[in-house]
Amino acid sequence: MKGSSSFETQKTLHPEGAEGPSRRAKGFLLLRMKSGFLALLCIFTCLAPAHAVEPDEVLDDPVLEERAREIGRELRCITCQSQSIDDSNAPLAKDLRIIVRERLVAGDSDEEVIAYVAERYGDYVRLKPAMRADTALLWLAPALALVGAVAGAFFYFRHLKRLEKTTPALNDDDEDLPEI
Amino acid sequence: MRKFLFVFPLAAFVALVGYFAIGLTRDPSVIPTVLINKPVPDFDLPPIQGFTEGLSSEDLKGEVMLVNIWGSWCVSCRIEHPQLMALAEADEIPIMGIDWKDPPGEGAKWLERYGNPYAKIGDDAAGRAAIEFGVTGAPETFVIDKRGRIRYKQTGPITEQIWERDIAPVVRELRNER
Repeated sequence: MKGSSSFETQKTLHPEGAEGPSRRAKGFLLLRMKSGFLALLCIFTCLAPAHAVEPDEVLDDPVLEERAREIGRELRCITCQSQSIDDSNAPLAKDLRIIVRERLVAGDSDEEVIAYVAERYGDYVRLKPAMRADTALLWLAPALALVGAVAGAFFYFRHLKRLEKTTPALNDDDEDLPEI
Repeated sequence: MRKFLFVFPLAAFVALVGYFAIGLTRDPSVIPTVLINKPVPDFDLPPIQGFTEGLSSEDLKGEVMLVNIWGSWCVSCRIEHPQLMALAEADEIPIMGIDWKDPPGEGAKWLERYGNPYAKIGDDAAGRAAIEFGVTGAPETFVIDKRGRIRYKQTGPITEQIWERDIAPVVRELRNER
Protein backbone atom coordinates (compact mmCIF):
# COMPACT_ATOMS: atom_id res chain seq x y z
CA MET A 1 0.00 0.00 0.00
CA LYS A 2 1.20 3.46 -0.86
CA GLY A 3 0.80 4.98 2.52
CA SER A 4 2.84 2.50 4.48
CA SER A 5 6.51 3.19 5.27
CA SER A 6 9.16 1.12 3.54
CA PHE A 7 10.03 -0.26 6.91
CA GLU A 8 6.57 -1.79 7.27
CA THR A 9 6.66 -3.02 3.70
CA GLN A 10 9.94 -4.74 4.23
CA LYS A 11 8.70 -6.37 7.34
CA THR A 12 5.60 -7.82 5.75
CA LEU A 13 6.81 -8.58 2.23
CA HIS A 14 10.25 -9.90 3.00
CA PRO A 15 10.06 -13.65 3.58
CA GLU A 16 12.20 -13.45 6.75
CA GLY A 17 10.28 -10.39 7.89
CA ALA A 18 9.65 -10.93 11.55
CA GLU A 19 12.78 -12.99 12.37
CA GLY A 20 15.85 -11.96 10.33
CA PRO A 21 17.40 -8.51 10.31
CA SER A 22 15.52 -5.98 8.21
CA ARG A 23 17.20 -4.55 5.16
CA ARG A 24 17.47 -1.22 6.94
CA ALA A 25 19.18 -2.83 9.87
CA LYS A 26 21.50 -4.69 7.52
CA GLY A 27 22.32 -1.44 5.69
CA PHE A 28 23.11 0.22 8.97
CA LEU A 29 25.39 -2.62 10.03
CA LEU A 30 27.23 -2.47 6.72
CA LEU A 31 27.77 1.27 7.12
CA ARG A 32 29.22 0.74 10.56
CA MET A 33 31.52 -1.98 9.25
CA LYS A 34 32.70 0.27 6.41
CA SER A 35 33.43 3.20 8.68
CA GLY A 36 35.10 0.89 11.18
CA PHE A 37 37.28 -0.52 8.45
CA LEU A 38 38.08 2.98 7.23
CA ALA A 39 39.06 4.01 10.74
CA LEU A 40 41.32 1.00 11.10
CA LEU A 41 42.90 1.74 7.72
CA CYS A 42 43.64 5.32 8.78
CA ILE A 43 45.18 4.19 12.04
CA PHE A 44 47.41 1.59 10.42
CA THR A 45 48.58 4.00 7.74
CA CYS A 46 49.59 6.49 10.38
CA LEU A 47 51.46 3.77 12.24
CA ALA A 48 53.49 2.87 9.13
CA PRO A 49 57.17 3.44 10.02
CA ALA A 50 58.54 6.70 8.66
CA HIS A 51 62.10 7.00 7.53
CA ALA A 52 64.24 9.74 6.05
CA VAL A 53 66.07 7.61 3.49
CA GLU A 54 65.80 9.28 0.11
CA PRO A 55 65.51 7.43 -3.19
CA ASP A 56 68.98 8.48 -4.38
CA GLU A 57 70.57 6.87 -1.33
CA VAL A 58 69.01 3.45 -1.77
CA LEU A 59 71.53 0.78 -2.75
CA ASP A 60 70.90 -1.48 -5.72
CA ASP A 61 71.54 -4.64 -3.74
CA PRO A 62 68.45 -5.25 -1.55
CA VAL A 63 70.37 -7.36 0.96
CA LEU A 64 72.93 -4.59 1.52
CA GLU A 65 70.19 -1.98 1.60
CA GLU A 66 68.35 -3.90 4.29
CA ARG A 67 71.55 -4.13 6.34
CA ALA A 68 72.07 -0.40 5.81
CA ARG A 69 68.56 0.33 7.10
CA GLU A 70 69.10 -1.89 10.12
CA ILE A 71 72.42 -0.25 10.96
CA GLY A 72 70.81 3.15 10.38
CA ARG A 73 68.25 2.32 13.05
CA GLU A 74 71.06 1.58 15.50
CA LEU A 75 73.01 4.80 15.01
CA ARG A 76 72.05 7.99 16.76
CA CYS A 77 71.73 11.21 14.80
CA ILE A 78 74.04 13.68 16.54
CA THR A 79 72.11 16.80 15.60
CA CYS A 80 68.70 15.37 16.49
CA GLN A 81 69.86 13.15 19.28
CA SER A 82 66.70 11.25 20.04
CA GLN A 83 66.37 10.04 16.45
CA SER A 84 68.29 7.41 14.58
CA ILE A 85 70.03 8.40 11.36
CA ASP A 86 67.43 6.30 9.58
CA ASP A 87 64.68 8.58 10.89
CA SER A 88 66.38 11.95 10.93
CA ASN A 89 66.19 14.53 8.15
CA ALA A 90 69.30 16.32 9.35
CA PRO A 91 72.05 16.80 6.74
CA LEU A 92 74.59 15.09 9.00
CA ALA A 93 72.30 12.05 9.22
CA LYS A 94 72.14 11.90 5.45
CA ASP A 95 75.94 12.05 5.20
CA LEU A 96 76.24 9.23 7.71
CA ARG A 97 73.64 7.12 5.89
CA ILE A 98 75.68 7.49 2.71
CA ILE A 99 78.85 6.52 4.53
CA VAL A 100 77.17 3.45 6.04
CA ARG A 101 76.16 2.34 2.56
CA GLU A 102 79.62 3.01 1.14
CA ARG A 103 81.27 0.91 3.81
CA LEU A 104 78.81 -1.93 3.30
CA VAL A 105 79.50 -1.92 -0.43
CA ALA A 106 83.23 -1.95 0.42
CA GLY A 107 82.60 -5.19 2.31
CA ASP A 108 82.57 -4.17 5.99
CA SER A 109 80.55 -6.25 8.42
CA ASP A 110 77.69 -4.64 10.38
CA GLU A 111 79.81 -4.32 13.50
CA GLU A 112 82.71 -2.85 11.51
CA VAL A 113 80.45 -0.17 10.06
CA ILE A 114 79.09 0.78 13.48
CA ALA A 115 82.62 0.77 14.91
CA TYR A 116 83.74 3.10 12.10
CA VAL A 117 81.18 5.69 13.14
CA ALA A 118 81.74 5.13 16.88
CA GLU A 119 85.50 5.66 16.43
CA ARG A 120 84.80 9.17 15.23
CA TYR A 121 81.79 10.18 17.29
CA GLY A 122 82.12 8.08 20.42
CA ASP A 123 79.98 5.34 21.90
CA TYR A 124 77.17 7.83 22.42
CA VAL A 125 76.32 7.33 18.76
CA ARG A 126 75.29 3.72 19.40
CA LEU A 127 71.61 3.51 20.19
CA LYS A 128 72.20 -0.03 21.39
CA PRO A 129 75.12 0.11 23.81
CA ALA A 130 78.04 -2.17 23.03
CA MET A 131 78.35 -5.29 25.12
CA ARG A 132 81.66 -4.80 26.88
CA ALA A 133 83.18 -4.96 30.33
CA ASP A 134 82.28 -1.37 31.13
CA THR A 135 78.73 -1.66 29.78
CA ALA A 136 78.05 -5.05 31.36
CA LEU A 137 76.45 -3.42 34.40
CA LEU A 138 74.16 -1.39 32.14
CA TRP A 139 72.94 -4.52 30.38
CA LEU A 140 72.65 -6.70 33.48
CA ALA A 141 71.05 -4.13 35.79
CA PRO A 142 67.41 -4.99 34.95
CA ALA A 143 68.04 -8.73 35.38
CA LEU A 144 69.90 -8.12 38.62
CA ALA A 145 67.10 -5.90 39.88
CA LEU A 146 64.57 -8.63 39.11
CA VAL A 147 66.64 -11.28 40.88
CA GLY A 148 67.05 -8.95 43.85
CA ALA A 149 63.33 -8.28 44.01
CA VAL A 150 62.42 -11.97 43.79
CA ALA A 151 64.99 -12.85 46.46
CA GLY A 152 63.68 -10.07 48.68
CA ALA A 153 60.12 -11.32 48.27
CA PHE A 154 61.20 -14.88 49.00
CA PHE A 155 62.94 -13.95 52.23
CA TYR A 156 60.08 -11.71 53.30
CA PHE A 157 57.44 -14.38 52.88
CA ARG A 158 59.62 -16.97 54.57
CA HIS A 159 60.02 -14.54 57.47
CA LEU A 160 56.25 -14.16 57.67
CA LYS A 161 55.81 -17.93 57.69
CA ARG A 162 58.29 -18.27 60.52
CA LEU A 163 56.48 -15.64 62.54
CA GLU A 164 53.27 -17.54 62.04
CA LYS A 165 54.83 -20.74 63.38
CA THR A 166 56.39 -19.20 66.47
CA THR A 167 53.48 -17.01 67.50
CA PRO A 168 51.58 -18.89 70.20
CA ALA A 169 48.18 -20.04 69.06
CA LEU A 170 45.08 -19.14 71.02
CA ASN A 171 44.75 -21.49 73.96
CA ASP A 172 41.56 -22.95 75.22
CA ASP A 173 41.26 -20.46 78.05
CA ASP A 174 40.43 -17.69 75.63
CA GLU A 175 37.57 -19.66 74.26
CA ASP A 176 35.88 -20.14 77.58
CA LEU A 177 33.93 -16.98 77.76
CA PRO A 178 31.68 -16.77 80.70
CA GLU A 179 28.11 -17.30 79.85
CA ILE A 180 26.02 -14.32 80.62
CA MET B 1 69.61 -7.33 62.26
CA ARG B 2 66.54 -7.93 60.09
CA LYS B 3 65.51 -4.39 60.77
CA PHE B 4 68.43 -3.00 58.78
CA LEU B 5 67.67 -4.88 55.54
CA PHE B 6 65.64 -1.87 54.43
CA VAL B 7 68.97 -0.13 53.96
CA PHE B 8 69.69 -1.96 50.70
CA PRO B 9 66.85 -0.58 48.53
CA LEU B 10 67.40 2.82 50.13
CA ALA B 11 71.10 2.72 49.27
CA ALA B 12 70.30 1.69 45.70
CA PHE B 13 67.88 4.58 45.42
CA VAL B 14 70.41 7.07 46.77
CA ALA B 15 73.01 5.77 44.30
CA LEU B 16 70.58 6.20 41.41
CA VAL B 17 69.69 9.70 42.54
CA GLY B 18 73.41 10.48 42.62
CA TYR B 19 73.90 9.25 39.06
CA PHE B 20 70.94 11.20 37.76
CA ALA B 21 71.94 14.36 39.60
CA ILE B 22 75.38 14.28 38.02
CA GLY B 23 73.90 13.41 34.65
CA LEU B 24 71.60 16.41 34.75
CA THR B 25 74.57 18.75 34.99
CA ARG B 26 75.92 17.47 31.68
CA ASP B 27 75.06 18.97 28.32
CA PRO B 28 74.26 16.19 25.84
CA SER B 29 74.87 18.45 22.87
CA VAL B 30 78.55 18.78 23.73
CA ILE B 31 79.91 15.44 22.75
CA PRO B 32 83.44 14.88 24.02
CA THR B 33 85.70 14.02 21.18
CA VAL B 34 87.11 10.53 21.07
CA LEU B 35 89.88 11.70 18.79
CA ILE B 36 91.92 13.46 21.45
CA ASN B 37 95.59 12.43 21.16
CA LYS B 38 94.91 10.57 17.94
CA PRO B 39 96.66 11.61 14.72
CA VAL B 40 94.72 13.82 12.36
CA PRO B 41 92.62 11.68 9.97
CA ASP B 42 93.93 11.36 6.44
CA PHE B 43 92.27 13.67 4.00
CA ASP B 44 93.06 15.64 0.88
CA LEU B 45 90.68 18.43 0.02
CA PRO B 46 90.66 20.49 -3.17
CA PRO B 47 90.78 24.29 -3.02
CA ILE B 48 87.53 26.20 -2.80
CA GLN B 49 86.46 28.06 -5.91
CA GLY B 50 88.69 31.04 -6.53
CA PHE B 51 91.70 29.64 -4.68
CA THR B 52 94.59 27.57 -5.98
CA GLU B 53 95.65 25.69 -2.87
CA GLY B 54 93.58 23.13 -0.98
CA LEU B 55 94.20 21.47 2.39
CA SER B 56 95.40 17.99 3.22
CA SER B 57 96.40 16.13 6.38
CA GLU B 58 100.02 16.49 5.27
CA ASP B 59 99.78 20.22 5.91
CA LEU B 60 98.85 19.63 9.53
CA LYS B 61 102.22 19.00 11.07
CA GLY B 62 105.40 20.83 11.90
CA GLU B 63 103.88 23.44 14.18
CA VAL B 64 100.95 23.96 16.48
CA MET B 65 97.93 25.12 14.50
CA LEU B 66 94.16 25.37 14.44
CA VAL B 67 91.79 23.60 12.08
CA ASN B 68 88.52 25.46 11.90
CA ILE B 69 85.38 23.93 10.41
CA TRP B 70 83.15 26.65 8.96
CA GLY B 71 80.61 27.40 6.26
CA SER B 72 79.05 30.49 4.69
CA TRP B 73 75.65 29.21 5.85
CA CYS B 74 76.74 29.04 9.47
CA VAL B 75 75.56 31.97 11.61
CA SER B 76 77.79 31.15 14.59
CA CYS B 77 80.82 31.13 12.28
CA ARG B 78 80.00 34.74 11.42
CA ILE B 79 80.03 35.48 15.14
CA GLU B 80 83.36 33.75 15.61
CA HIS B 81 84.94 35.33 12.54
CA PRO B 82 86.24 38.60 14.05
CA GLN B 83 88.08 36.59 16.71
CA LEU B 84 89.75 34.45 14.05
CA MET B 85 90.68 37.56 12.08
CA ALA B 86 92.23 39.05 15.21
CA LEU B 87 94.29 35.90 15.79
CA ALA B 88 95.39 35.81 12.15
CA GLU B 89 96.32 39.47 12.05
CA ALA B 90 98.31 39.19 15.27
CA ASP B 91 100.07 36.15 13.82
CA GLU B 92 99.14 34.23 16.97
CA ILE B 93 98.70 30.84 15.34
CA PRO B 94 98.21 29.48 11.81
CA ILE B 95 94.54 28.77 11.12
CA MET B 96 93.56 26.17 8.55
CA GLY B 97 89.99 26.17 7.33
CA ILE B 98 87.66 23.43 6.14
CA ASP B 99 84.73 24.83 4.21
CA TRP B 100 82.01 22.38 5.20
CA LYS B 101 79.05 21.59 2.94
CA ASP B 102 79.13 24.88 1.10
CA PRO B 103 77.76 25.22 -2.44
CA PRO B 104 80.53 26.08 -4.93
CA GLY B 105 81.62 29.68 -4.75
CA GLU B 106 79.75 30.54 -1.56
CA GLY B 107 82.77 30.09 0.69
CA ALA B 108 84.94 32.38 -1.40
CA LYS B 109 82.20 35.00 -1.53
CA TRP B 110 81.84 34.94 2.24
CA LEU B 111 85.57 35.35 2.76
CA GLU B 112 85.67 38.14 0.19
CA ARG B 113 82.97 39.95 2.11
CA TYR B 114 84.22 39.44 5.67
CA GLY B 115 87.91 38.73 5.38
CA ASN B 116 90.08 35.63 5.18
CA PRO B 117 91.87 34.48 8.36
CA TYR B 118 92.93 31.14 6.90
CA ALA B 119 96.40 30.13 5.77
CA LYS B 120 94.90 27.32 3.71
CA ILE B 121 91.34 26.20 3.00
CA GLY B 122 90.00 22.82 1.94
CA ASP B 123 86.67 22.39 0.17
CA ASP B 124 84.63 19.71 1.93
CA ALA B 125 81.43 19.91 -0.09
CA ALA B 126 80.52 16.28 0.53
CA GLY B 127 81.17 16.53 4.25
CA ARG B 128 83.41 13.48 4.29
CA ALA B 129 86.47 15.06 5.87
CA ALA B 130 84.33 16.63 8.58
CA ILE B 131 82.92 13.22 9.47
CA GLU B 132 86.47 11.90 9.74
CA PHE B 133 87.01 14.61 12.34
CA GLY B 134 83.81 13.64 14.15
CA VAL B 135 82.29 17.04 13.47
CA THR B 136 78.73 17.51 14.66
CA GLY B 137 78.18 21.13 13.73
CA ALA B 138 79.89 24.37 12.85
CA PRO B 139 81.96 26.08 13.99
CA GLU B 140 84.28 23.54 15.53
CA THR B 141 87.98 24.06 15.99
CA PHE B 142 90.72 21.53 16.58
CA VAL B 143 94.12 22.27 18.06
CA ILE B 144 96.78 20.20 16.29
CA ASP B 145 100.23 19.67 17.77
CA LYS B 146 103.58 19.63 16.00
CA ARG B 147 103.32 15.94 15.29
CA GLY B 148 99.93 16.21 13.69
CA ARG B 149 97.83 14.91 16.58
CA ILE B 150 94.50 16.31 17.69
CA ARG B 151 94.98 17.62 21.21
CA TYR B 152 91.93 19.81 21.89
CA LYS B 153 88.50 20.38 20.41
CA GLN B 154 86.44 23.52 20.74
CA THR B 155 82.76 22.98 19.95
CA GLY B 156 81.08 26.25 19.08
CA PRO B 157 82.49 29.70 18.36
CA ILE B 158 85.78 30.83 19.82
CA THR B 159 85.24 34.02 21.75
CA GLU B 160 88.00 36.14 23.18
CA GLN B 161 87.24 34.72 26.61
CA ILE B 162 87.32 31.14 25.43
CA TRP B 163 90.60 31.76 23.63
CA GLU B 164 92.28 33.26 26.67
CA ARG B 165 90.87 30.84 29.20
CA ASP B 166 90.78 27.51 27.38
CA ILE B 167 92.72 27.42 24.14
CA ALA B 168 95.71 29.73 24.56
CA PRO B 169 97.06 27.75 27.55
CA VAL B 170 96.82 24.52 25.56
CA VAL B 171 98.63 26.11 22.63
CA ARG B 172 101.39 27.38 24.92
CA GLU B 173 101.90 23.95 26.45
CA LEU B 174 101.96 22.27 23.04
CA ARG B 175 104.52 24.73 21.78
CA ASN B 176 106.82 23.70 24.59
CA GLU B 177 106.57 20.08 23.53
CA ARG B 178 109.10 18.59 21.16
